[in-house]
Amino acid sequence: MNGFLVKPELPYCKGCGHHLIVRNTVKALEALNASPLDVVLVTDIGCHGIVDGNFATHTVHGLHGRSVALAAGITMGLPPAGERGTPRPYVIVYIGDGGATIGLQHILEAARMNVDLTVVVHNNMLYGMTGGQPSGLTPTGFRTVLTPQGYPLPHHDLPRLVLDAGAPFAARVVGLGDFSDVLRRALEAEGFSLVEVLEICVSYGVKMNPDLRLKELAQEAGYEPGIWEGPARPAFRPSRRETASLLDMPAVLRKYSSPLEGRMALILAGSAGEGVQQAAELLAQAAIAAGLHATKKGSYPVTVGVGFSTAEIVLSRDPIFYHGVPQPDAMVVTSADGLANQRERIRRMAGGVLWLDASLPVPETGAEVRVADFRGRAGARNAALYALLTLLRETGVVPPEAFLETVRESPIGRHVDLSGW
Amino acid sequence: MKATQPHPVLIDGSRLITEACIRAGADAYVGYPITPASLIFFYASRRFPIALPAPDEITALQWMAGLSAAGHLPVSATSFPGFALMVESINMAYMMELPMLVILVQRLGPATGTATAGAQGDLLLLNGLISGGYPLPAFCISDLEDCWLLPPVALQTAVDLRTPVVLLTSKEMVMTQESFDLARLAEIAPVRRTVYDGPGPYGTYDAGDGLVPPFLPVGNDRHQVRLNASTHDRCGIIQHTSDEAMANTRRLQAKVEARTPVLYHLDEQKGAQTLVVTWDITAGAAREAVAALRAQGVPVSLLIPRTLLPLPAIYLEAIDRYPRVVIAEENHQGQLAHLLFGRRIPPNVRTVTAIGRMIQPDEIAREVAR
Repeated sequence: MNGFLVKPELPYCKGCGHHLIVRNTVKALEALNASPLDVVLVTDIGCHGIVDGNFATHTVHGLHGRSVALAAGITMGLPPAGERGTPRPYVIVYIGDGGATIGLQHILEAARMNVDLTVVVHNNMLYGMTGGQPSGLTPTGFRTVLTPQGYPLPHHDLPRLVLDAGAPFAARVVGLGDFSDVLRRALEAEGFSLVEVLEICVSYGVKMNPDLRLKELAQEAGYEPGIWEGPARPAFRPSRRETASLLDMPAVLRKYSSPLEGRMALILAGSAGEGVQQAAELLAQAAIAAGLHATKKGSYPVTVGVGFSTAEIVLSRDPIFYHGVPQPDAMVVTSADGLANQRERIRRMAGGVLWLDASLPVPETGAEVRVADFRGRAGARNAALYALLTLLRETGVVPPEAFLETVRESPIGRHVDLSGW
Repeated sequence: MKATQPHPVLIDGSRLITEACIRAGADAYVGYPITPASLIFFYASRRFPIALPAPDEITALQWMAGLSAAGHLPVSATSFPGFALMVESINMAYMMELPMLVILVQRLGPATGTATAGAQGDLLLLNGLISGGYPLPAFCISDLEDCWLLPPVALQTAVDLRTPVVLLTSKEMVMTQESFDLARLAEIAPVRRTVYDGPGPYGTYDAGDGLVPPFLPVGNDRHQVRLNASTHDRCGIIQHTSDEAMANTRRLQAKVEARTPVLYHLDEQKGAQTLVVTWDITAGAAREAVAALRAQGVPVSLLIPRTLLPLPAIYLEAIDRYPRVVIAEENHQGQLAHLLFGRRIPPNVRTVTAIGRMIQPDEIAREVAR
């Protein structure tokens, strides 16, 4: 019994190497003069993980394979050492070879970020809790219940992987005797550290491989013991920032008026990368400046820079609850992509007006068709803006000056030459 | 912040949700990009004191659990494919009793479906999310005002009940820009939160005579904290099926059912023979349909649940008052209808459903007038 263990009898099979990992962890923490509440022990799923109840430290028992990510969240959330009043909290992860396999990305990510925690991998070469199945750390030739003739694949080399990901400290020890000094050095390292402890599961590993001895197995499997140090770098800590309100938005002042009494729904259809969404947004803002309610909805394929880009705009004298556009009153098409995307809707239009770029074939429609050279007049990048200006000039639903002023005062205003529009 | 002067802007729901979370006291955002939730990620990256891009959604939820265990109030937003990866970790946080908010922005499924098309297809998924059938609080946004109102409610619920909470919304709700008067927004009070300050030993899951145990962050220098995702006793020690552990597990259901706030919009009209029930984005179409019907002299009532799960009994009580009920939702099955009635939907209850497009006001009005 000591300060770190509330129960000295550990819940492991007789002869299991996990006993030694616990004893060496405690010895390492004692060497660091840590107190139990300086330590957060995060355990994975597996035989090692049922040891929580023995520890007097903070304990967190999570999911299979996710303990390193969970511990990373805890580390990032703990107050800095100075604020906490103790030198430094030690966040330790106990994980098995199975957990390390399923959670390999979490290990690599924590190493890449250099999150300040110590991962102790209980590598007993197989899944002990579930019956002795092979894991990603099972060495070639090792016999398991599923591979009685010997496991055919090579094992991951965890220390090498985490060093490659940027860990400042990695080690592998044969889990015999006193290896507390390696654990102490891992705990002292600033940032991410990993110690792989080699064991043989006494229930399944020994039974299936009765002739193997741990040291020989490690040697034959290429499990080289050692301590490796990567370049030192500061441990990752998320910085708390002062930020400004997202609602510090300039009011859209009402400077104009609109003759619209009811509701008008229009669709602007063009190509991605040609400013369709922005043009529609500026029209909606101009409508607000003219005293209307407005909504603007975008539709585009998952590819951002190619294909169609369509915006649905609803303008109304009254508040808008439903901003869908089943039947548009107006359709503005500035490119072949937009025409292809809206062709069926255009075909179904029984009225309204279709403004169509002069480069496009006139589609089948019941709408009045008005052809104009938007692309030739304003270029592809500004064709949508110019097309909406044309619509406003011809309908007056929003004063064209309101739209031009909105464009001028927008972030794109200085990039668009509005002279002659 | 209600101002006396109008402050009209063109705004999307993502911006309001993010700002509301901040004002309510959420302090950490963990994100992984996914359409149509990425706009919330974008705003959160600008606004949250701590904003962390995660390498995947499993990591995101695990980081959130860790941050929550350490005393933060974390938020993330995702859509079904990412949410699916989060499910086991949400179960973990539920069992560990860690407060957090997950904003689920629905899009057209199944699977990857259409990332840029809206839907209301994840309600039944949420209803069975926790293994064992335990209820997870879920609130639903149905307009821009809800984008401001509900995040603080969801966060307070997460803290009060020590649980993950889901805020359900959908693509058009968070991405469509709408004219809106910021002067209508009320002040948001920060979430009220206390930590255990009694003597030791501290039992992480000891709720005393109540339903929710007091919270104490892991890593504190006063008392040991034991968090456990496996079946555990009041101290957080793993158990098989001891009486104490089973009582603890039953408490998880009891606290959510007893203490989840019930919020809804019920607009009943005298003489109405039909109640329209709807949620999320279809609420807009329902409001227009109801307004149009009333303008034609057809009395009709409207129920828009904001608390979806656990399903409040009061919705069935309201439904029982009407000879006819129309339930409108943008999915193929009529998920709210199934949640209310199972597979035996009464003949006086009609559903209006659609996929791949928004339900139109006319469709609802026609069903009411039928």
